[in-house]
Amino acid sequence: MAELVATSPAKGLLPVTIGGLTLSEPAHAMMTGISPHTGEVAQASALLKQATGCDLPAPNRLTRSGDAMALWTGRNRWMLIGAPAPEGLAETAALTDQSDAWVAVTIEGPGAALVLARLCPLDLRDTAFPEGTATRSEIFHMQAIIARTGPASFLVLTFRSMAGTLVHDLTTAARAVAARAEV
Amino acid sequence: MCGERDRREFYYGGTALSRPVGTDWSAEWDDYLHLRENPAGRSRELWYHETGCTAWLVVERDTVTHEIHGVRLAAGGRS
Amino acid sequence: MRLGQGGLIDRDAPVSFRFDGHVYSGFRGDTLASALMANGIRVVGRSFKYHRPRGIFSAGSEEPNALVTLGRGAGQEPNARATMVEIHEGLEARAQNCWPSAQWDVMEVNDLFAPFLGAGFYYKTFMWPKKFWEKVYEPAIRRAAGMGSLSGEHNGDLYEKAYAHCDLLVIGAGPAGLMAALVAAEAGADVILADEDALPGGRLNGERMEVGGQSAQGWAAETVARLEAMPNVRVMRRTTVTGVYDQGSFGAVERVGGHLDRRPEGLPLECFWRIAAKRAVLAAGAIERPVAFGRNDRPGVMLASAVRTYVNRYGVAPGRRVAVFGNNDDAHRTAADLLAAGVHVAALIDARPEARCDLSVPFYPGAVVSSVSGRMGVEAVRVETGAGTQRIGADCLAVSGGWNPNVHLTCHLNGRPVWDDGIASFVPAAGAVPGLIPAGAAKGIFATSGCLADGARAAGEALQALGIATGTVEMPEAEDAAYSLRPVWHVPGKGRAWLDLQNDVTVKDVKAAAQENFRSVEHMKRFTTQGMAPDQGKTSNIAALAVLADATGRGIPQTGTTTYRPPYSPVAIAAMGAGAQGAGFAPQRKTTSHAASVAMGAPMIEAGLWYRPSYFPAPGEETWRQSCDREVGWVRNAVGVSDVSTLGKIDIQGPDAGAFLDFVYTGTFSTLKPGRVRYGMMLREDGHVMDDGTTACLAPDHYLMTTTTAAAGLVMRHLEFVAQVLKPEYDVQMVSVTEQWAQFAVAGPKSRELLDGLLDAPLEPAAWPFMACGDVSVMGVAARLFRISFSGEHAYEIAVPARYGESLFRELVARAEGLGGGAYGMEALNVMRLEKGLLTHAELHGRTTGFDLGMTGMMSSKKDYIGRAAATREGLLDSERERLVGLKPVGAVKQLTAGAHLFAEDAEPVRENDEGYVTSVGYSPTLGHFIALGFLKGGPDRYGERVRFVDHLRGIDTICEVCPPCFFDPEGERVRG
Repeated sequence: MAELVATSPAKGLLPVTIGGLTLSEPAHAMMTGISPHTGEVAQASALLKQATGCDLPAPNRLTRSGDAMALWTGRNRWMLIGAPAPEGLAETAALTDQSDAWVAVTIEGPGAALVLARLCPLDLRDTAFPEGTATRSEIFHMQAIIARTGPASFLVLTFRSMAGTLVHDLTTAARAVAARAEV
Repeated sequence: MCGERDRREFYYGGTALSRPVGTDWSAEWDDYLHLRENPAGRSRELWYHETGCTAWLVVERDTVTHEIHGVRLAAGGRS
Repeated sequence: MRLGQGGLIDRDAPVSFRFDGHVYSGFRGDTLASALMANGIRVVGRSFKYHRPRGIFSAGSEEPNALVTLGRGAGQEPNARATMVEIHEGLEARAQNCWPSAQWDVMEVNDLFAPFLGAGFYYKTFMWPKKFWEKVYEPAIRRAAGMGSLSGEHNGDLYEKAYAHCDLLVIGAGPAGLMAALVAAEAGADVILADEDALPGGRLNGERMEVGGQSAQGWAAETVARLEAMPNVRVMRRTTVTGVYDQGSFGAVERVGGHLDRRPEGLPLECFWRIAAKRAVLAAGAIERPVAFGRNDRPGVMLASAVRTYVNRYGVAPGRRVAVFGNNDDAHRTAADLLAAGVHVAALIDARPEARCDLSVPFYPGAVVSSVSGRMGVEAVRVETGAGTQRIGADCLAVSGGWNPNVHLTCHLNGRPVWDDGIASFVPAAGAVPGLIPAGAAKGIFATSGCLADGARAAGEALQALGIATGTVEMPEAEDAAYSLRPVWHVPGKGRAWLDLQNDVTVKDVKAAAQENFRSVEHMKRFTTQGMAPDQGKTSNIAALAVLADATGRGIPQTGTTTYRPPYSPVAIAAMGAGAQGAGFAPQRKTTSHAASVAMGAPMIEAGLWYRPSYFPAPGEETWRQSCDREVGWVRNAVGVSDVSTLGKIDIQGPDAGAFLDFVYTGTFSTLKPGRVRYGMMLREDGHVMDDGTTACLAPDHYLMTTTTAAAGLVMRHLEFVAQVLKPEYDVQMVSVTEQWAQFAVAGPKSRELLDGLLDAPLEPAAWPFMACGDVSVMGVAARLFRISFSGEHAYEIAVPARYGESLFRELVARAEGLGGGAYGMEALNVMRLEKGLLTHAELHGRTTGFDLGMTGMMSSKKDYIGRAAATREGLLDSERERLVGLKPVGAVKQLTAGAHLFAEDAEPVRENDEGYVTSVGYSPTLGHFIALGFLKGGPDRYGERVRFVDHLRGIDTICEVCPPCFFDPEGERVRG
């Protein structure tokens, strides 16, 4: 019998290297949206911490442990990436499978923040947006999750259907940043 | 909650009002739907952080200077 | 004429460029203006209205005269100020408003008609006869008018937009700005220093003076280097802050690539910055103002400060015999700098009778220049002294009428500048823009030491507000001359006296405005066009005000200024719209079946941001109708497959999820059992329909709502509003899962057969009645199945995680083709929903109610829901409202069109008789004729009646029969079968 073949959102579009910057699509990872029921945030956070090592971070933050990462993604919303939702979490929180809903792009290299500053109104200075920051904003009119995963690396997620536009916008901005470095 | 953010991320939701009680049409409903103060000064408004955290906010804003005097979560709690 | 030495140009780096077809040479560091001047070019363009020869007037962004067109072809850029264009290899510039050349221009005849072409001429002359306006006058005027021109071709140049954030934005890098940046940066603040010049320093680069024990130019360069070496400072050269917006937002345009010999691939020409600053210092300096006198527009008449800049910064002499005319000490400073550079000073004319001169030049205190002579350039100046008139030979006249602080940015949030008698000019009103601190010359402080000190003070004020401790920064020594001025705005003399050089407005025009009773400054501006050219009257507005004030017998402060609006200087639309060309115009949302659909030849149509296949053409088909009819037939007779992933999907969970749904829908959902789906209608609070769709109960307290494609975002915002604002006590969580699932409709009598072959376990008919839902497994992948139908056929929608979407679509299409069917597109989907009388946003257009749509049965009377109170208003339940009906042609097949209007059969088809309108039309291959949905007064009460169907736009006038909206299988046997 035939098999259903999995296709990644940015298939054929990434990776690209522009100047010292690399845009790439991380390997497919399980992603779960977590919205705790009323009064259950602490309970959900404890459960998650026990199972994955990550608790539910404060607004604009992310927590990491091994391959697992928990990002704050909005009002009473978090996203667990890279680990299955632990047993029992569904009792305290509304869980949704988000593994296929997003296109993820990592932007790494010097000038990564400058590339995003062409598309996103966030204050991305090291002081305002240090490593471990995760928030919701927009990337050139697209709703996005933006996280700083390293001194010069960012993780950007937008809706899966917008993968082409995201890559187009990021590469255009990256080319402009790289061209400035040549001047 | 998110800290200071760019105006572009927000959607304006009109004056902050209380929804009338009751399922029959009444003068209160008429007011709620159709009548608005148009103050040159402080105004209590609803704003939606649409491309951000998706919180609805009650914002106290001066319509003349555009100064923001206060923000809180519409659902309660700190903003 | 290039001087033998001096200037901040690199004399070891010659650069060649073209102007009006000729090749010239300059040095690295030259602007086009200084390089043309060095090559002895005096006439660089023609004026806008009278085509008078014009030369270089200033040395900065305020330049009114020297506008040139850069480049050729698609990238041609008109109205570039030669004073702002840095020369580089490959630069090609042309004079504007002239033909065949700036030297010989045939339109110069306009100047001979000048007595007739004054302000108001057009308004008065071309009014009669009326019909001549469109046919004769306007086309002729349009050809003659305009400043520069675009190529009309697509411009392939790149532009970009970007955001920047800082603690302190310093606008302008003259003495005040440099000092402010230095103090703030040393204290540890994050500083952006923006300056419109390629070389920061402001007036320091144009003056021959000492600052901090070295040359002003040297001190500026050293300070800029010091700032650039600091990690907390960003020096933005070639960046003009163009606008001030709310809460510390600024717009700025940066010239990025235009000045380079070679532009690297991908480098934008300009960048439009949105800068968010906690505090800002406005150190934008001041602009020198000229004095109006006869023929003061002749090439060679220049601002005195510009003359010093050309001499000191560019090593160029603007003339061989220079006369200097002023009403303040800058005239003396100019004469001194010219002497120091070895240029002959023909005369120093000072309007102040008490003035003293310590230079060895012919000195005329208490005298004024009344006119100049010479046609293509100044040849002599006419000086009026107490003793009489003198004619003095000169080829350049440097003029200083005093300085006007650059108050513009302080006025962008409605602030009005205030008049300062001491400097005879306007200064920023205190607190005009919250958080913006004016400093230095922008505030009316003109001595260098005063500017340095005020810059430091402004930084201190900003730091205090930011809560940053100020350190100590050594204050450099500098000149501290008092500013002594005798206001002179206009000297009557031979020939017209010009105010606005860019729009050709004279003193006489402004006086005419006053005479015609356009006494308000705003009216005068519009009558004369004073200050309405791209330069916005930077060098002329205050003088025009003074003339108007004089003509109307008021003082200048009573006359007031016009409104300063962004941008401060012109910004290319391309820069503001950067990124939005081509694929950047709007995000493109593509389904997982996009590539496969395109490969099958389907034309993709836009549905909101989404792209969906219109139809899938088969070999031999020539029109979309043929394809559509075939696809409808497939679904009605076999099985069709369509991607429906674009519909909004919202996951709703929590103990109060059922109550929440009951509140947002007109119907009741809390009674819906797991494994079942229900159709719902959502109202706005005003009682009109917002959206419709199905909601499935996946498990207790767990629902999946679908919205229409178009309204997905709107519904999500609405649900969040209800949950957070109206019902914060509900424990309900919701999140969009639209993008998680790839969902496909499998519709037609053979749909179950298809699925039975595909799914890991065949469907148990009893477990899958119409409106059932549940989990299934497809080729080992967990999927969701919904037995719902938008076609009226026995149909399913199957959803898999999106990564399997493309693969599943191909599999479904292949299997459908094996059963005598295949993929169908939006056209067929629309025809089938029309045949069934199902609704889309063509009908749910925002002005229709549940009553209009015949859905009152779905509006519960047992509970409160959004829109209930308003929906019960009498007027919304009037049976004479325009209500939903079906329409079918009477007689032979006729073309029907959406947008047509309905009238009584025998009525005249005019607005007064209008009885309704048509929202959707399609050709039903199933029925063999056109069908339509529309809204008709009285609606269902008129089934069987005939109405007149008129589309005035497309010339259709026919008779239709009113019928129920459902044309096909009204009993729904097929969908349940």
